Amino acid sequence: MKSQLLALIFQLLLLLALAPLLSGCVKNWKSKLQNRRGPRVWQPYFDLAKFLCKDMVISEHASWIFRAMPYVLFISTLLAGLMMPMLSASAPLSLFGDALAFVGLLALGRFFLALGGLDPASAFGGMGSSREMTISAIAEPALMLAIFTVAIAAGSTNLSQMLLAAQGPTWKLINPAHVLAFAALFIVLLAETGRIPVDNPATHLELTMIHEAMILEYSGRYLALIEWSASIKQLVLMALLANIFFPVGVATDWTASSLGLSLLWFLGKLFALAAAVVLVETTNAKLRLFRVPDLLSAAFILAALALLSTFLFQ
Amino acid sequence: MDSLSSVLLLKAALCIYGVGIVGSLAALRRERIANVVGFGSATVAAVCGILAAVLALTVEQGLGGSFELWPSLIPYVKLTVKLDPLSAFFVLIVSVLALAVSIYSFGYVRGFYGRKNVGVLGAFYNALLLATTLVFTASNAFFFLIAWEIMALTAYCLISFEHEKAETRSGGVLFFIMSHIGTGCLILGFLLLFQASGDYSFDSFRAVGHTMSPARRDAAFLLFLIGFGVKAGIVPLHIWLPMAHPVAPSNASALLSGVLIKTGIYGLTRVLFDFMGTPPNWWGVTVLTIGTISAVLGVLYALMEHDLKRLLAYHSIENIGIILMGLGAALMFLHTNHPVLATLALIAGLYHTINHGIFKALLFLGAGAVLHSTHTRNMEEMGGLIKRMPKTAFCFLIGAVAISALPPLNGFISEWLTYQSLLQGFGTTGSLVRLMFPLSGAMLALTGALAAACFVKAFGVTFLAQPRSEHAAHAREASPTMILGMGLFVAACVFLGLFPTTFLTLFDPLTQQLTGQQLSAQLTVANGLALANTQAQGGTVSTLSIALMGICLLPVPLVLWLFFGRHARTRIGPTWDCGLRGLTPHMEYTATGFSKPIRMIFKALFRPRREVQREYDYSPYFATTIRFESHIEEAFVTSIYRPLNRAILRLSRRMRALQAGSIQAYLIYIFITLLLLLMFAL
Repeated sequence: MKSQLLALIFQLLLLLALAPLLSGCVKNWKSKLQNRRGPRVWQPYFDLAKFLCKDMVISEHASWIFRAMPYVLFISTLLAGLMMPMLSASAPLSLFGDALAFVGLLALGRFFLALGGLDPASAFGGMGSSREMTISAIAEPALMLAIFTVAIAAGSTNLSQMLLAAQGPTWKLINPAHVLAFAALFIVLLAETGRIPVDNPATHLELTMIHEAMILEYSGRYLALIEWSASIKQLVLMALLANIFFPVGVATDWTASSLGLSLLWFLGKLFALAAAVVLVETTNAKLRLFRVPDLLSAAFILAALALLSTFLFQ
Repeated sequence: MDSLSSVLLLKAALCIYGVGIVGSLAALRRERIANVVGFGSATVAAVCGILAAVLALTVEQGLGGSFELWPSLIPYVKLTVKLDPLSAFFVLIVSVLALAVSIYSFGYVRGFYGRKNVGVLGAFYNALLLATTLVFTASNAFFFLIAWEIMALTAYCLISFEHEKAETRSGGVLFFIMSHIGTGCLILGFLLLFQASGDYSFDSFRAVGHTMSPARRDAAFLLFLIGFGVKAGIVPLHIWLPMAHPVAPSNASALLSGVLIKTGIYGLTRVLFDFMGTPPNWWGVTVLTIGTISAVLGVLYALMEHDLKRLLAYHSIENIGIILMGLGAALMFLHTNHPVLATLALIAGLYHTINHGIFKALLFLGAGAVLHSTHTRNMEEMGGLIKRMPKTAFCFLIGAVAISALPPLNGFISEWLTYQSLLQGFGTTGSLVRLMFPLSGAMLALTGALAAACFVKAFGVTFLAQPRSEHAAHAREASPTMILGMGLFVAACVFLGLFPTTFLTLFDPLTQQLTGQQLSAQLTVANGLALANTQAQGGTVSTLSIALMGICLLPVPLVLWLFFGRHARTRIGPTWDCGLRGLTPHMEYTATGFSKPIRMIFKALFRPRREVQREYDYSPYFATTIRFESHIEEAFVTSIYRPLNRAILRLSRRMRALQAGSIQAYLIYIFITLLLLLMFAL
């Protein structure tokens, strides 16, 4: 009991502390690739601290939904993060929720995020909410189908069990089902975290922004919570890709040495994924909104092929 | 058997509904008394019904007391009422809904004072509940059909209650026609069973269901699927549902969408799981496919609506689809002889049945409260209601979260069970059919995400931002009894969401009856804290712990705020308006605009027609007036029902030539018919 509580607190701190760094790295590397100096990798921490200290302006049209949203989003994202095995194969909340609950909690946060966008009566917010809900709706089947493929192979929807099964002898790096499901999930990752072919995190241009449009009316500590949630969500989704598909190095016991090794592996995998995202962002242009469904249907087809190959090769 | 207290309570409930009918009619001219008598007796009867059902499902597990409603003189026709576990479960659904909706009605029907006759409404309302309870408990096909027909007729009367509007009349008539097509199929189906058993009692059907020849069983399956499917609103037999449910008074809409379409689910469960024995594979495949299609199409059409009640009606089609996914998977597992999995899928479907009843009734009641105070069903004329009707808004939000299958509320639990049964289905068979399970799971995910988008739209446009019309700006909070009615449903959503393991024990006698399994112990781990999926090392979920953990995490942002933001102040200011002189409600995102991306993506399905007229003085870029119209018609209506309708009309016109009005011609017809009959007899 005590060790579980410790693991929980440790993972909570890891989520809170690591997420801004990951966002900072992505921003910094992206600038480097584009021959700019870019912000320091620590910049998101300073941003968060600055937002937390700032005064807030709240729209006169907003209701309690607007004020409740950052908390709901932040906490649901953290809860989803606590269900994801990170350093140790057993996630702190693995009994309380499986992969489906994980997806559900992210959806809960998004539901309120979109409502928060509609609340201040601005057309930007509505535009952002509408697009966010549309894109996530199209991404959802691909996400679920890819998770199903892995879950069926593992015989469980419990994320820790999926990881353990992936660590087992049946796992092969070039298992076609895994490769295809990974590709599908990578596309979903780009869509869910608002990355370039789908959304541009760096723009505030009215006609193209999605995530930024929804949170245009937010300021001060609410904005801090929203930005922090967004980076935690990115960390958690990357952890899903890193740990379920490349379960190397994840600790199965509670010794300091294996946990330390696991942390190194984990960071390495995360940074590799972040580098992949940066590469995609730099080498691609943002898609027109109505081209995004094509990309996401490609993800769905990849996931369906993954499933089919499970059927063929089992 | 007569001494069973559940049976006594059921009798009491039936009698009190009867008292409600007579009492409301007796007080026709005193609308206040009619209100109290009509909905008061429905409330009391509903409490009796809940107690009866819970007793039958817990203390008197599976004893299934029965009695004769009326000693019948006609052979075969016995008015047997039997409260077996399946009946008790559905009586529970109808009674829970009746309780909260009746309490809501006390306040709601005051809006009809002086305009419409409340006594008539109360009488039909009680009659509908009485007939529905009898449908769920009748144990004789003849009696079942009588109750079914009374239910359809009272539902028709409730739908047509505001018959001065043309829209209401056409919706009612469409319901009437479709409902009778369904009943026709049911009569044929029961006759097939009667032919085999020689009796109309359900017990005799149960005895012969599995001994019938395959062709007859298949025919019976199709007839029942169509017959009950019409009532449930499966695609493509659903077209009456979005026409008829929205035009009824909102308390009746809640019952129609919450309970009435569940009679179709009850009928399918009764016939397919109770009577028919082991099903062939294609039954399950058909039901699963229909369920998947209904779910996806239902939510897609719901997204295109900006009429709040029509939107909810389309969501009923979606949810019936989700229920059928569970039932279809259960049939497939029965075929491959996996009783435990079949039970899991059946529980998933039935859990979703009660969940949908509760949150859909909640949403209809919320829509009714909004309608009551804004006098419009058009979402584009609402907005800002959360400040004017905060309690209604909160209740509607809970319903919206629940129907979007978000944790920790009840919709999530039943969809979780559905996902689990579909996922495990992959291992049950070696054939290509098994790919259906995860693919329907993916479609379920699409449905859930689209439903979330739809309810962001419905809640956001209706309740948030600035009011878009005068009516919305002057809306007032609903009356206390209406809030109480909705509050009961909110409590039910929370209970079914947070304590699924407690509720699951009620399913034990039911599944014992239908599949011979009891799963509540296997579906529970950690002393009832978490819900499991019958697999060892399988996925578990505990909504209660998620909710508690969320509350425990609440200090994290608060501590940060105390640490950093002690000196930060909060100011109320205008929304960013790009330097204009102020935002008007016209600049807000509309419901139609919100769903535009979806409309564009699924353009091939919706085939939207749009008409833009612009007038300009000197340059087309500076229009003086713009008129925009956009229509979506369902593909089923335009490509199936309308041609069918035209064909029938054409045929009837041809037939009219026969009816020339001359008596000589008619005499010849009679003579020819007689000759033909004689030849046939010889």
